[in-house]
Amino acid sequence: MFESLSQKLESVFKKLRGEGRITEANVAESLREIRRVLLDADVNYKVAKQFIEDVQKRAVGQEVLNSITPGQLIIKIIYDEMVKLLGESKADIQSSQTPPTVVLIAGLQGSGKTTFSAKLARFLRAKGSNPLLVAADVHRPAAIDQLITLGKQLEIPVYSERGAGAVKIAGDSIDFARKNVRDTVIIDTAGRLHLDEEMMQEVAAIKEITKPHEILFVVDAMTGQDAVNTAKAFHDRLDFDGVVLTKLDGDSRGGAALSIRSVVQKPIKFIGIGEKLDALEPFYPERIASRILGMGDIVTLVEKAQEQFDQEKAGKLEEKLRKSQFTLEDFLDQLREVKKMGPLSQVLGMIPGMNRLPDNVQVDDNALVRIEAMIQSMTQEERSRPAIINGSRRRRISVGSGTTVQEVNRLLKQFEEMQRMMKRITKGGLKRAMQGMRMPMR
Amino acid sequence: MLFGNALKKLKEGLTKTRETLFSKVAALVSTKSVIDDDMLERLEEILISGDVGVETTMLILENIKNRVKQEKTESSDQLTTLLKDEIARVLHVDGQNESGNTDLPAAPRPYVIMVVGVNGVGKTTTIGKLAFVYKEKGYKVIVGAADTFRAAANEQLEIWAQRAGVDIIQQKHGADPAAVAYDSLSSALARGADVLIIDTAGRLHTKINLMEELKKMRRVLEKRLPGAPNEVLLVLDATTGQNALQQVKQFTAAVEVTGLVLTKLDGTAKGGIVLAISNELKIPVKFIGVGEQIDDLQAFDRKAFVDALFDGFPQPSMP
Repeated sequence: MFESLSQKLESVFKKLRGEGRITEANVAESLREIRRVLLDADVNYKVAKQFIEDVQKRAVGQEVLNSITPGQLIIKIIYDEMVKLLGESKADIQSSQTPPTVVLIAGLQGSGKTTFSAKLARFLRAKGSNPLLVAADVHRPAAIDQLITLGKQLEIPVYSERGAGAVKIAGDSIDFARKNVRDTVIIDTAGRLHLDEEMMQEVAAIKEITKPHEILFVVDAMTGQDAVNTAKAFHDRLDFDGVVLTKLDGDSRGGAALSIRSVVQKPIKFIGIGEKLDALEPFYPERIASRILGMGDIVTLVEKAQEQFDQEKAGKLEEKLRKSQFTLEDFLDQLREVKKMGPLSQVLGMIPGMNRLPDNVQVDDNALVRIEAMIQSMTQEERSRPAIINGSRRRRISVGSGTTVQEVNRLLKQFEEMQRMMKRITKGGLKRAMQGMRMPMR
Repeated sequence: MLFGNALKKLKEGLTKTRETLFSKVAALVSTKSVIDDDMLERLEEILISGDVGVETTMLILENIKNRVKQEKTESSDQLTTLLKDEIARVLHVDGQNESGNTDLPAAPRPYVIMVVGVNGVGKTTTIGKLAFVYKEKGYKVIVGAADTFRAAANEQLEIWAQRAGVDIIQQKHGADPAAVAYDSLSSALARGADVLIIDTAGRLHTKINLMEELKKMRRVLEKRLPGAPNEVLLVLDATTGQNALQQVKQFTAAVEVTGLVLTKLDGTAKGGIVLAISNELKIPVKFIGVGEQIDDLQAFDRKAFVDALFDGFPQPSMP
């Protein structure tokens, strides 16, 4: 996506460079392209409009007009402005001086409040607190059972009362926490429409009785243009402290984040990235900005790689790369490291230009398994000198790994290409190779 | 009698939509006497703000522009009629049920409906309401609880099944969903049920392993009863933005979605995304959810839907 945006913008300028000057009109044309990207990412119409106007003021300066790559420079300006607008990174939960700290969770139906409540409890326990979960969703059938089950999985106590109203349960839970020395109370509430006056009164009453130190508004990252209306209505009523963006493990671009941030001026504090209870992360504005613009998330990728990569192995690999001794054995090691970073589709999504794969490209984690099998069916000598793998060896490898000769051929060809690329990197230095790859931020 | 009531509900459910979306059109029409570029630009804002998406919005505007030129209808009063026409046209998908009728086809029995979608769109609730719709029609209904992943999903469906007064087939939490689907179909055959509705766990369309699981369920059903499932409904939250297009594409690629259910239309969300889906992907909307009560699910009726959006404006001519 970024590739195509970047290319589109460059072609807008290239065409005009041939004819003469780059003018404000051309900048405006490129901004229209960017506006479309924002709208396709579900950034609110008004927010996108205002945003483009702000950027335009900066973009028509000499800086852009004299640049050799005006398209990329405009994207950089957009990106910087967006990061600024998305706000400070990593806001924490406010804690009370006299325990318990009370955290109230609210949002629309199906935004993921119950799952997030459990994730937050787990997250806070890991930081040394003693959380209590409170099942105050008395409306959705079996919502209380859901939280109790999650609590059991985490071995975190869940406070509930059968047959009581949500306000009473929430109020009683605070006393329960005091008596049982729980220093943090996380109250899961029912999903509600901001139009439902009765339900909005209920959550306001819960706020009144529990005096929460932190109110979090949970919103689905796939939400469209309506995100601002909902967020504003909840904010008018509850004056929440922060936003939680869920289901970011899908392929939505999360434009709602920018819209909500611009309209209610409250930080996004956490993002949910999976159904497992450890799939919760603090929010980083840079990553969402890249995502909205379709530029991938190289920072997360690098961090994940740092987390997972064996430092010693990495050192050795660098050495090998320098000496151009990269073998299939090393390739196998690399594959295994990549596998540790999570499902391939998720890893690929973080690479610029890869996050919007064409529909016919299937990202298949099984492909890795097959490649692994093929390499394991090779002898040590074959792995270090793939050139010796002739027709009969290929046949043997395919039989040994349960694959076809065509697949073995493809693997060897890919490996050869990879070696060639590696050579270029080591010869020209990383910087030159990156330039060849059209990196946006230099 | 039932129909009148349904129409009223639909209108009530869509009230917010209409107030926020088409009162804007009315206000727009009242400000000017001729359709000009400025007016069209503001129409663009209204449509995009309703999640109609850039591509479909451009198409609608282009068609309106052309018609203004051809039919020489420059007067702004005509704008609403033009817009209503174009929306109805975009919403039209071949083979769509136009009448809001909920009768099942005469055969086969059991008629197997599989319900899929991403997390939190309201699949289980929709199944409860759907079971109620068919039960009220006099069909013998069985629901299969094949969401074995989410904590307490069984319990939730059980409560809905009780409310609707239908039987439920379930296994324990964590069971193989394909096995539950198979079991449910066997029971439905044995008990001579007219319709079997199978719940599935919510899953993001990007998770390949979970989509494979869904494919397996489909295969297993087909094996037990050739031709099953007869209907695969994808449930979509009306608040969803452009990502819904991806959802429809991916679920269709995996399990051949035959129709959509649009839920949560009682909020301020416009559900304009169905215009984009109808236009770009040609998948018909079959049901819409307009409230939290058990009888708040209706068969989609394009004419009534467009009428409700434009309540009080002249009737469009249907393409």
